[in-house]
Amino acid sequence: MESALFYILAAVTIMATILAITEKHAVHAIVYLVTSFFALAVIFFLLGAPVVAVFEVIIYAGAIMVLFLFVIMMLDLGHPERARLPGFRDWWPALVLGSVTLASALTLVASRAPAVSATGRAIGVKEFALTLFGKYGVAVEVISMQLLFALVGALYLARKRQ
Amino acid sequence: MDTIALDIAIHLAKIALIFFVVLTLAAYLVFAERKVLAWIQDRKGPNRVGPFGLLQPLADLIKLLTKEDFRPAGADKWLFFLAPAMAAIPAILTFAVIPFGAPLTIQGREIPLQVADLNVGLLFFMALSSIAVYGVALGGWASNSKYALLGSIRGLAQLISYELSMGLSLVPTVMLAGSLRLSDIVAAQEGIWFIVYQPLAFVIFLISIAAECKRIPFDIPEAEGELVAGFHTEYSGMRFGLFFVGEYINVIVLGGLATTFFLGGWHGPLLPPFVWFSVKTLAFAFFFIWMRGTLPRLRYDQLMHLGWKVLTPLALVNILATGWWLMARELF
Repeated sequence: MESALFYILAAVTIMATILAITEKHAVHAIVYLVTSFFALAVIFFLLGAPVVAVFEVIIYAGAIMVLFLFVIMMLDLGHPERARLPGFRDWWPALVLGSVTLASALTLVASRAPAVSATGRAIGVKEFALTLFGKYGVAVEVISMQLLFALVGALYLARKRQ
Repeated sequence: MDTIALDIAIHLAKIALIFFVVLTLAAYLVFAERKVLAWIQDRKGPNRVGPFGLLQPLADLIKLLTKEDFRPAGADKWLFFLAPAMAAIPAILTFAVIPFGAPLTIQGREIPLQVADLNVGLLFFMALSSIAVYGVALGGWASNSKYALLGSIRGLAQLISYELSMGLSLVPTVMLAGSLRLSDIVAAQEGIWFIVYQPLAFVIFLISIAAECKRIPFDIPEAEGELVAGFHTEYSGMRFGLFFVGEYINVIVLGGLATTFFLGGWHGPLLPPFVWFSVKTLAFAFFFIWMRGTLPRLRYDQLMHLGWKVLTPLALVNILATGWWLMARELF
């Protein structure tokens, strides 16, 4: 039952993501991406990580995509005829990153190691928080500093010039 | 094997019950709102259909169902059709994590009166509340009309303004209860309700959920005085009805959540737990109607100001104070 659910969700995630990339219409692309985040969240839930699953929806599907949608509507970008398809030269970063990911995935499949060790139990909020802010505390701080830099940068760009 | 079948049957029964009760209640809340508003404004309100106008919701339903299902020529077909459902479904899904009564014991089996007792119940509510805005945003955008588009942009701006303060106002309740599980939060309030410890958090949460309901004084995405009907200008018939009912389901669900987080959930003396829960939830619904009959609408920059510069800092201070208090209580 769970594995059947997993394959359905995985198929939905991949298809929605591909459609999100190929869709010319910005608002439609966002709808596909949100669908993909949803399916991904349920996969996390199946893997025994309810906290990650819920944060996936709150942060990605809820907050970030809403901001994207807000900007697209504000700037009136939802017109496919104005968008231009990227030329072949624009594709190489995607190709490089794609091949690296593909190579790691193939290596993982060849080694037959389980990608995620199935613990069979759900990780609670307390455990999650202790690991995140204890073991990875420094990393969390570094990321928050980075976000602060971005915030200050945005503030600088958006300030009123005399 | 039998127990599994029984479990599934009990779950389905609970879901069916919630659907029936919440949808009926939402329909009658529309009626109640019209009556209460009429009372506030010294009118009679709907009184033609049935005794005291009690069959008015039925008449409204028949009217909505028989209306033409109209779609503007330039509309985005799929999103236009999907948006009303996207608005109504998250509202009713949230009810899955609300405990609406004390666990029943029938023939030695304990049945919790709650569909899903998730250990991340509070976050589940936050997730669904941030998703609910897609119905408004995409519905308005797909209509391809300027009023609807302005309404949906305002809806998005509104979500960004109140969501943070709503989440932060709930942190103290989690600190007090020591759990994100809604049944634990209710259990922690058996003696004293959290509203006693956390009046500030309660007020912030109440203002935030009023903004979440998109009702006066926060009905900025609809603003019928400026935007015709805002995001649902182009909708007719039952699609409009779905938006409309979704709004009232939201009122009930958010009332239920406020009850769960601050008013002790189903705890209360003398009366059975289920009755206590209903009374508190409906009191919130009445409060929202009362507010609608009393207050003027905010501009959306005023709401942003309120959310970001007043409520969010207050909620942060409140969290720090709660942390200090919890630590001090342990020390002395």
